[in-house]
Amino acid sequence: MRSRETAGKAPRRGLFSWKRFTAIVKKEFIQVRRDRISMMMPIMMPIVMMFLFGYAVNTEVDQVPTAVLDLNRTAESRAFIEHFSASGYFRIDGYVGNEQEIQDAVNADVIKVGLIIPADFDRKIQRGEVVAPQLIVDGTDPTTARTAFNSGMLVSEMATRELLNERLSRMGGLALKSPSVRVTAKIWFNPEMQSVRFTIPALIGLILQNITLMLTAFALVREKERSTIEQLIVTPIRSFELIMGKLIPYVAIGYLGFLFALSICMFWFGIPVAGSLPLLLSIGFLFVLCSLAMGMLISTFARTQLQAMMAMVFVLLPSILLSGFIFPREAMPPFIAAIGYAIPLTYFLEILRGIVLKGVGMQFLWKNTLMLGGFTLVILSLAILRFRKSLD
Amino acid sequence: MNVDAKPAVYGTNVQYAIEVDHLTKRFGTFTAVDDISFQIPKGCIFGFLGPNGSGKSTTIRMLCGVLHPSSGIAHIMGHDVVKETEIVRQSLGYMSQRFSLYEDLTVDENLDFYAGVYGLSKEVRNRRKEDLILMANLEGKEKKLAGTLSGGWKQRLALGCALIHKPELLILDEPTAGVDPVSRRVFWEIIHALSRQGITILVTTHYMDEAESCDLVSFILDGRIIDHDTPQNLIAGEAGARNLEDVFIHRVEQVTGRAVSGTFKEMRFIHEK
Repeated sequence: MRSRETAGKAPRRGLFSWKRFTAIVKKEFIQVRRDRISMMMPIMMPIVMMFLFGYAVNTEVDQVPTAVLDLNRTAESRAFIEHFSASGYFRIDGYVGNEQEIQDAVNADVIKVGLIIPADFDRKIQRGEVVAPQLIVDGTDPTTARTAFNSGMLVSEMATRELLNERLSRMGGLALKSPSVRVTAKIWFNPEMQSVRFTIPALIGLILQNITLMLTAFALVREKERSTIEQLIVTPIRSFELIMGKLIPYVAIGYLGFLFALSICMFWFGIPVAGSLPLLLSIGFLFVLCSLAMGMLISTFARTQLQAMMAMVFVLLPSILLSGFIFPREAMPPFIAAIGYAIPLTYFLEILRGIVLKGVGMQFLWKNTLMLGGFTLVILSLAILRFRKSLD
Repeated sequence: MNVDAKPAVYGTNVQYAIEVDHLTKRFGTFTAVDDISFQIPKGCIFGFLGPNGSGKSTTIRMLCGVLHPSSGIAHIMGHDVVKETEIVRQSLGYMSQRFSLYEDLTVDENLDFYAGVYGLSKEVRNRRKEDLILMANLEGKEKKLAGTLSGGWKQRLALGCALIHKPELLILDEPTAGVDPVSRRVFWEIIHALSRQGITILVTTHYMDEAESCDLVSFILDGRIIDHDTPQNLIAGEAGARNLEDVFIHRVEQVTGRAVSGTFKEMRFIHEK
């Protein structure tokens, strides 16, 4: 080693070097390839999350376990009970002899609903009087309680009207008229109101964010933990080259996860993309970049992978709760809902549901796309700036 | 203290590899490096000695252009470390005590990566790799993951990575910490061989036997350089000093005003007194 080949022709400061950049990309790809967990992530995460959320998170309540206390025991009361079990919302699990038994069954969590039919049920129907059967609902779980309550009221109203009509027509009188104003309701985009159609497309966004965020956050922190960063910062490498070079493999992996999750949504859950697939794929790419930038930003703060993990919880939890992923943003107090606007996933979810379910195009989504692009730019610049500082 | 040490052996017309002029680094109210100045001639092995926390690493980080000095100037191979950081970085190789290798990359891939980072062409890279693998006794281990190598091999691979771009100045931060005695000898043989090829070497170490084989040493204490001379002159100039370790301990005692146990043999009986 006698000659001084390189010393004279050192690159000038501030010049982007393609050689340095590709050296980093190459190294990252090798490292990712050797890391089994990183390689499994884009496959396992969509499978596990999609099946968990696709089947476990179901806000449609039916077949609520119900006990009946029939104090009347007539043809009328039996017809009334029949309406409940035929509605599909209630499953009559048994008959009890007194109110205490209903109470006990609710306490033991055996039933959620108790139906009490008063002793004078048939007489009041025959006289055309107001009848007052009682519906007891276990309100512990508000979702179940609300559905049971609403459908109970509806079923009971319809059943009593039918019984009254029957009696009136039997007596040769006129059937009771239905109210003259009648709303005809039509539900668009998800006519059967399946919660799967609401959850699964949104899950694509959440999965995409999780994969990319995790992998990128760890990528840089790992260099700090193993102190290889010390070696890197004394080389002529520029922070822009380092960050961009490290991002490339994770763009690929994150996008792979996105494609895989989208395929599960389309082919397993049978939710087709109503709108433009190319549009979805391009905005999806933008969101990968955005999540990467967030991961990068986390890694400039965290010194260990444990710290990065904890920081990630602070990103992931609000993005599950506040983005409108499961809980409707309309129901949130304005202040909390406003926080949701600071989360990129909120915008991407609207885009996802817009394209997949509504089939709308850019003319309705440009605002959200613009916001997403803005977030990406701001977070990425912040990450690069902070990273440059953290090297000092 | 400002010592202009230029041992006679190097002559007077030699250009300096490192020139440090009134360099100071403050972190808030704490002064880590306090107005130090020294010059290191080219081709010299320079031992930078001092207790932990004395300002060695801070000085090194400023020389590498990683930390900005609060005041003062430093030149590496005639280039200002603040204004010409990129050129300075290209002309120096650095190896930290933790052998910052990528343990999930092979020997080959580690060398390839640093070659790429320094912008070497494929031909140059392959030629150098051959040389370095020979130098580090890593033949036959090219395809092994760096993480599976034992201490001495890791250390020499890290040295190889630091040398891939043929730096004119090699900075070694405690390169032999945690390495067995045989690997330590092998490593210093390589250091002396590199020095004979004209590479200037700055090395920090706590092993005084290593330091005695340097051409020039500096003692740094509390951010100040309190000695800067050849090891021979330092030992000769210190009354009752048998070796550099004695000099080092005397200096620390003088500055801190606290006595340090004389030898390790005496310590054996401390509890029985």
